[in-house]
Amino acid sequence: MAGAGHPVLWRIVQTIPVLIGVVVVSFVLTRALPGDPAVYFAGAMATPESIAEVRAALGLDQPLVHQFFRYCAALLQGDLGRSVSTGQPVVEDLATRLPASLELTLCALVLSCAVAIPLGILAAVRQGGPIDHLCRILVTAGVSLPTFFTGIVLIYVFYYLLGWAPSPLGRLDFVYLEPPRVTGFLLVDTLLVGDIETFFGAARQLILPSVTLALFTLAPIARMTRAAMLSALSADYVRTARAAGLAPRTVLLTYALRNALLPVVTTLGMVFSFVLGANVLVEKVFAWPGIGSYAVEALVASDYAAVQGFVLAMAVLFVLLNLVIDLAYALIDPRIGFSAK
Amino acid sequence: MSGIVSPAPTPAPERGALAHVGHVLRENPVTAVSFAMFAVIVLMAVLGPALVPYDPLATNAARALEPPSAAHWFGTDHLGRDVFSRVVVATRLDLTISVAAVALSFVIGATLGAIAGYRGGWVDAVLARVLDTIMAFPLFVLAMGIVAAMGNTIENIVYATAIINIPFYARVVRAEVNIRREAGFALAARLAGNSHARVLASHIVPNALPPMMVQVSLNMGWAILNAAGLSFIGLGVRPPTPEWGIMVAEGANYIVSGHWWVALFPGLWLMLAVFTFNLMGDGLRDIVDPRRRT
Repeated sequence: MAGAGHPVLWRIVQTIPVLIGVVVVSFVLTRALPGDPAVYFAGAMATPESIAEVRAALGLDQPLVHQFFRYCAALLQGDLGRSVSTGQPVVEDLATRLPASLELTLCALVLSCAVAIPLGILAAVRQGGPIDHLCRILVTAGVSLPTFFTGIVLIYVFYYLLGWAPSPLGRLDFVYLEPPRVTGFLLVDTLLVGDIETFFGAARQLILPSVTLALFTLAPIARMTRAAMLSALSADYVRTARAAGLAPRTVLLTYALRNALLPVVTTLGMVFSFVLGANVLVEKVFAWPGIGSYAVEALVASDYAAVQGFVLAMAVLFVLLNLVIDLAYALIDPRIGFSAK
Repeated sequence: MSGIVSPAPTPAPERGALAHVGHVLRENPVTAVSFAMFAVIVLMAVLGPALVPYDPLATNAARALEPPSAAHWFGTDHLGRDVFSRVVVATRLDLTISVAAVALSFVIGATLGAIAGYRGGWVDAVLARVLDTIMAFPLFVLAMGIVAAMGNTIENIVYATAIINIPFYARVVRAEVNIRREAGFALAARLAGNSHARVLASHIVPNALPPMMVQVSLNMGWAILNAAGLSFIGLGVRPPTPEWGIMVAEGANYIVSGHWWVALFPGLWLMLAVFTFNLMGDGLRDIVDPRRRT
């Protein structure tokens, strides 16, 4: 391919079959509802006539292919059905709750990258040293931690025993006034109106759930950073740079780290998969009003339209995140942009 | 892999497979510990119900929420049930769910991956697309969706966990089979008059087993976490049944009032089980493939 623009475009085009696959799976999940969806949507007081009516209204009497196109058409209009428990369209519910989840996830990721990447670098530089052992223990323990359990332990220690953390009930304590909604991110919205007190209130609520999620994601990032740094440090170009008398710092950060970051960024894609799943559990533990706890509530209430909407939304989010990662990859490594794809 | 700052000692010459296993266990005593812990967990799963001091379902309102004592090692929960007995008895259910799920994904993934790797062409392309689609979902979320769609039962937890794990196995086997498809021994076996299926099943796939075993061990921990996570949010296992995830969920309600033992012990046990499988996976990898040691 010639030019730098094409591979990026090509990468964007590649997400289309994946998105189609996601929609097909989500359609199958929707239609595989336990029992007859028409009976379900007709409600408890349904008569055979009203069920038939609902069946026709939902298009369930049509052939499956036809139903699939109806489903796609509804999707294109942003119609994911109506939640039985809240009475709102699922899309609206998800949209109001999405910022809470994103704020939590992003904070956790930033936190875990800030800890894991330096840790991995130090472990690789001082291989076999105490930091390396610490890294190894953290990595193995980190992937073994059930997120919901870590969250509960943190609540017990920091809320019940030490009293440092606020009560684990949502995004903002009731003593604060919620800022006018602009982005939906409380940290941003409070700063926009200059309400520093509420900003810190929101930040305090955010700390424990973010740490819980970050502990979970620390392991894969640290492990990958360490492995990538080790192979970068033993590469010829690092030896050459050292031999040329460059400062150790320059060799480490400019030569080794920049190359080591590529596999780390790739790992981030997998980490996102874990994070979005773990999010559901963490939101339940901390009563966080995000889309994860929405899905859990919907599951308990057998509100299937809401659950399937949530699954689809998460999958689309994940596909887009992976796209962003791959594009970032091209930014970090200019070779990707020009190599034949 | 030799480091820059402190080069690793050169490995001693090996005599055989057993000597190599012995070497790895000596070199890394943690692996030996993990094998021992694994034996204990399996023993608990098999003998658990016979060993525990109390009936895991017997309630005793007079002794509800008692802290750990000599009579109740892990304390009692809000219905006065013995937490220790429940934790031990739960081992069997949790292990069964994850073993069944991993076995299912092992068999299905290996079959699909082997066929795709051997045949190549459109079969390979179609499988790759299907696996990509599964991997396009955050896996835990997909499991939630599958359970919600198929119905909230333990069997469906097993199926959901199996489905989200299939890509890992299929990819490992596909890669291993693909590089050996044209290998001398495979062509020779073919030339000797064996059918494709036979060559694949008895000459090529056995070569993929070592990396598969590592994958199984690493995957088991993940499968347990996943199943416990699903029951934590109220899917699959029903309340009176002892299961680690659901016990943590029940205990979570009492943690803010300071009754830490109800949630802590099942959670610790769950963590220990997952930790054991992860350590064992790392150890197995050292034994199976020394080059990938990190």
